[in-house]
Amino acid sequence: MASSSGVSGLTAGKKGASPFRWLSPQGPILPVLTIVALIIVAWYGLAILLNRAQVSERLDGAGASWTVSDLISGTWSMERPVLPAPHQVVAELWKTTVEVEPTSKRSLLYHAYITASATVAGFIFGSLLGIILSAGIVHVRTLDRSLMPWIIASQTVPILAIAPMIVVVLGNIGITGLIPKAIISMYLCFFPVAIGMVKGLRSPDLLQLDLMRTYSANRWQIFWKLRVPASVPFLFSSLKVAIAISLVGAIVGELPTGASAGIGARLLSGSYYGQTVQIWSALFMAAFLGMAMVYLIAGLERLALSRMGIQPAGGK
Amino acid sequence: MAGANTIIDIRNLGLTFQTADAPVYALSDINLQIEAGEFVSFIGPSGCGKTTLMRIIADLEQPTAGSVTVNGLTPQEARLKRSYGYVFQASALYPWRSILRNVTLPHEIMGGSRKDAEAKARQYLDLVGLKGFEKKYPWQLSGGMQQRVSIARALSFEPQLMLMDEPFGALDEITRDKMNEELLRIWAKTRKTVIFVTHSIDEAVLLSTKIVVMSARPGRIIDVIDSTLPAERSLETRETPAALELAQRVRQGLKAGHSYDGQ
Repeated sequence: MASSSGVSGLTAGKKGASPFRWLSPQGPILPVLTIVALIIVAWYGLAILLNRAQVSERLDGAGASWTVSDLISGTWSMERPVLPAPHQVVAELWKTTVEVEPTSKRSLLYHAYITASATVAGFIFGSLLGIILSAGIVHVRTLDRSLMPWIIASQTVPILAIAPMIVVVLGNIGITGLIPKAIISMYLCFFPVAIGMVKGLRSPDLLQLDLMRTYSANRWQIFWKLRVPASVPFLFSSLKVAIAISLVGAIVGELPTGASAGIGARLLSGSYYGQTVQIWSALFMAAFLGMAMVYLIAGLERLALSRMGIQPAGGK
Repeated sequence: MAGANTIIDIRNLGLTFQTADAPVYALSDINLQIEAGEFVSFIGPSGCGKTTLMRIIADLEQPTAGSVTVNGLTPQEARLKRSYGYVFQASALYPWRSILRNVTLPHEIMGGSRKDAEAKARQYLDLVGLKGFEKKYPWQLSGGMQQRVSIARALSFEPQLMLMDEPFGALDEITRDKMNEELLRIWAKTRKTVIFVTHSIDEAVLLSTKIVVMSARPGRIIDVIDSTLPAERSLETRETPAALELAQRVRQGLKAGHSYDGQ
């Protein structure tokens, strides 16, 4: 997924290195551009391959004789292609973000905003739930034994099966819009946070814990002065995973309702009307949104860790 | 007998771990009195229970037989009254805290004003020779400096008793010599009661007023040697005839302890 490359890209720079290091010839810019170029070439090729049957049929139907170049330009400019060409997607993205008002229902930014707000709401509540669960699990043995299997079981049920039920049940009691989607996001994203934080809160070693005992520190002090600060690097690693799957949750939550707004709604209406260009541009918008949010968390991580005097972990 | 100045009184102490096949006698029949102001080293091979004995005094481990009192209190009461400072084998600094904030940690736990805590922290960082490093973070310091921070941290709340568990065990010999010199200087200044676990004969001879020689399986005391060295010491003191004689006696004790192994 696009977001994962974003994470490593951001943490790659060592402390003190120029923020533009990635642009230098030794940086990752050249390999990245090479890969992008290869993908674009392959994409244009695939567009010809996948769209040519429709185009040749249409050209035959027109009666006049046609050349290969007619065929190729045809496959790259169809209104409802099997696979739209890159420039068509770019044009659609441009049209739906720059050329219309951001508040218009035809604006992709508006739809991204709708999905992002459900994502962020679900992310915040899911992360809080995960943190609270992990604190309970670390401190209460019974919770460790009784909750952990349920937490794991909850994630083995496909979200595609649960999402419609949540939407229908909540719809029945009059709750629609952002909340059902946020709940689906929350359902997905509490898991990595809970797992990561259990590990983080348990990460202090025996010496660090013994030290607290020699001061006769109570549980509360051990929690705030040792366990919590020790868990911060773990927290941010899990938050990056959580925000990405929170976005997936919000989009999935928009599918079963036939929602009128949101990236999921754009995907759905695109597939109803065979608007493949619209589907692809919505997909790209989802990827950009995911990347932006993961970058944001990574930025907060750097800020938090450098304020704590710790060099960012997982860099290199 | 325990006198008026006895700070630690250990009687018939034993610790037996029950394992699946046979009980392990970690410590057996330990009797020891430590007076206030003494510098006592526990020396012995690995597995002789010297660290365990110190952890019992610190209430980090529970004995299965006998009794220990610290200032006339049980180890638990003594721990709750925060009457000792503990220096571990590793510095156990919290990496997210600056050096100053690592040293103020015990004050934060025990309550009291932030100003006092910082004043004490600065005073003891100065004493261990780390003035000017307050704002650094642990990873910016060498191993020897980190261990000095942990000594300052243990001294900062001014406990009567210092428990030091192989504090220089992980350091190279040159750094260790330097740290021994520092410790002599700090001890001369503070005159705390110190219990010091080590497996270096040189270190024990140089630093101690009393050397407790221990042996393994079961962990027990072989010999208690009162130092004949003068109070005023430096690294060169190790080369004096008195020191060499002392080292010889420790070595003999360790050897005698070793001969039990075959039986």
